[in-house]
Amino acid sequence: MATETMTINMGPQHPSTHGVLQLILELDGEIVVKATPHIGFLHRGTEKLSEYRTYHQVIPLTDRLDYLAPMSNNLGYVLAVEKLLGITDLIPARANNIRVIMAELTRLKSHLVWLATHALDIGAMTVFLYAFREREEIVDIYEKVSGARMTSNYFRVGGLSDDLPDGLEAIIRKFAEDMTGHLETYEGLLTGNKIWQKRTMDVGYISGQDAIDIGLSGAALRGSGVDWDLRRDAPYCNYDEYDFEVPVRTEGDTFARYKVRLDEMRQSIRIILQGLDKLKPGPILADCPQVCLPAKKDVVNTIEGLIHHFKIVTEGFKPEAGEVYVGIEAPKGELGYYLVSDGSAKPYRMKVRPPSFVNLQALPQMVEGVLLADVIATIGTLDIVLGEIDR
Amino acid sequence: MGIEQEQPKTLGNGFVTTSLDKLVNWSRAKSLWPMTFGLACCAIEMMATGAARFDLDRMGVLFRASPRQADVIIIAGTVTKKMLPVILTVYEQMPEPRYVIAMGACASSGGIFDTYSVVQGIDEHLPVDVYIPGCPPRPEGLLYGLMKLQEKIMKERNSFGNAIGVGEIVHEA
Amino acid sequence: MSKQVVEKLKSNFGTLVLSDAEYRGETTVTVERSEIVKICTFLRDDCGYNFLSDLCGVDYLGRTPRFEVVYNMYNLTDKTRLRVKVLVDEQSPCVDTVSGVWSTANWHERECWDLMGISFNNHPDLRRILMPADWVGFPLRKDYPLQGPDREPYQGRLS
Repeated sequence: MATETMTINMGPQHPSTHGVLQLILELDGEIVVKATPHIGFLHRGTEKLSEYRTYHQVIPLTDRLDYLAPMSNNLGYVLAVEKLLGITDLIPARANNIRVIMAELTRLKSHLVWLATHALDIGAMTVFLYAFREREEIVDIYEKVSGARMTSNYFRVGGLSDDLPDGLEAIIRKFAEDMTGHLETYEGLLTGNKIWQKRTMDVGYISGQDAIDIGLSGAALRGSGVDWDLRRDAPYCNYDEYDFEVPVRTEGDTFARYKVRLDEMRQSIRIILQGLDKLKPGPILADCPQVCLPAKKDVVNTIEGLIHHFKIVTEGFKPEAGEVYVGIEAPKGELGYYLVSDGSAKPYRMKVRPPSFVNLQALPQMVEGVLLADVIATIGTLDIVLGEIDR
Repeated sequence: MGIEQEQPKTLGNGFVTTSLDKLVNWSRAKSLWPMTFGLACCAIEMMATGAARFDLDRMGVLFRASPRQADVIIIAGTVTKKMLPVILTVYEQMPEPRYVIAMGACASSGGIFDTYSVVQGIDEHLPVDVYIPGCPPRPEGLLYGLMKLQEKIMKERNSFGNAIGVGEIVHEA
Repeated sequence: MSKQVVEKLKSNFGTLVLSDAEYRGETTVTVERSEIVKICTFLRDDCGYNFLSDLCGVDYLGRTPRFEVVYNMYNLTDKTRLRVKVLVDEQSPCVDTVSGVWSTANWHERECWDLMGISFNNHPDLRRILMPADWVGFPLRKDYPLQGPDREPYQGRLS
């Protein structure tokens, strides 16, 4: 009697909310023999489009890469352009402060959606509704600060586009303090739950050495025992002035990554509260007239302000020819921007190094020999978002 | 000898038939079951609309994963040329009457992505009933779009006739 | 720190190292493409660059050699970055694959082939990854139109 493996197709349209990912699975009964991901169903040509836009016009394009954490993508890009221009030291402290607060709120937002969809895939639907309720509060803060719920386009080269409105600090502080209680609720619903433990422990294992080799980053790497966090090891935006821990676990399975992300959320709340305590009044844009838009009263009253405003808006600033690579700790891993400039107002080449693209590469080796239901749990734990993978 | 206008075959405009039409329209409009076709960022706003704050369940909307059980397909997100055959296959699997909502700028017209791999609007390939602008549209925008679709369905004529096999649905001019 | 690595590279590989530069605190080394696997293995084992952050291709249209393949790598213990560049000409756009050195290079090289047309010798699975499998042309090259070959280019002003 001969047996054969069955090849089935999962996606690109499937109810798991991670986006348009196609998995070709070869099954032997219910055990997965081989999994091949097919991507590219959301390839929008962001990198080529950025070669035809000025440096400022690319910022909204970066919003749509990892659409669950838009301010992180903005931050990475803006830091890369500032490094290319050489003005990283001129960014005022208040701007860096607010950037850190917004980046950590974005981390919370992204991890909440991760938790909601991961739990929903495994079957815990209550967590989906609770986490989205918390996400609505963060989205309200986004809206007050930038005008849009999701695609915020808030950061600018040299600082921020606008200062925080009055009263927002109190709202953020209250949210951060309430969030600790909510995290306890999620832990109470999931961590001690026997069903959750059975579905996530020893599922999707990858060792630390394999993880470094395949290029995993972020919580997926820290769940396998590798202690690496770009906020601590290659600090940007004055992250070295904040006091936070980096959670690391050694088991390397889905449960370890879940605990790592929950602990990361707690550390984010800590950073947000420290950031709010450090806020002092001050300018929010660097003092570089060639690059940053001048204040409105200067535009209207002085001729230099008018000329600078005109040149920056119509033509854009022109950095020197050169190239930089900046990596930041986005919620999903190391988000890298490789920018090449040829001296004109538009980037010559912008390459985005998306964390989910590299994390997804690890999927085939993580799901060999597991049950079909564990494949869903593994996709959830890698925390992928197709907007970033396909760009 | 002019050209004769072909009257669409209907069950007529009597009191009973129009009341039956209204009944069928009402039952279709108030329990629209969309198919989950979230592609990109708009999908997250669609999920947020279905979550606790802007509940979609109170409008009778239940997300179904299979096209065979769905009435309306909400194209939420950018449609790329690689994804287009998948969308067409899924659309063809939906039983009639079926409606299409193009949510967001990318589905309506290609959005900000005027590039080599993006289809400039799903209305090049599918008959769209409602366009919802925005990038991404607010959940209130999606709710308004669904309500507009409900109004459009309520205005249809001869739906009962079509349901029992006599003639086609007549849309308002 | 990066200067020491450049010195080590030069002493071990001599003429294969074409040039090195430093810009905004980042070190870039340009090497010959013929021994790229040996150089990368040396960097991984002897200099500790065990994490390949990024691998991409850049098209410098109008310059010979036309293409460049850029390897951005990171040393997890010393926390330093290094960039290695390889020049690739238009007539024979191929480089040896480094997916044997860092397995993360697999998909990055597929994307480079898909969008730029630079092929990688001995790659385990070189096929298109982001574009449909039957797509003709390499979209990210500078002579490929933004709107694609079948649509009119955008006539308006953007900035």
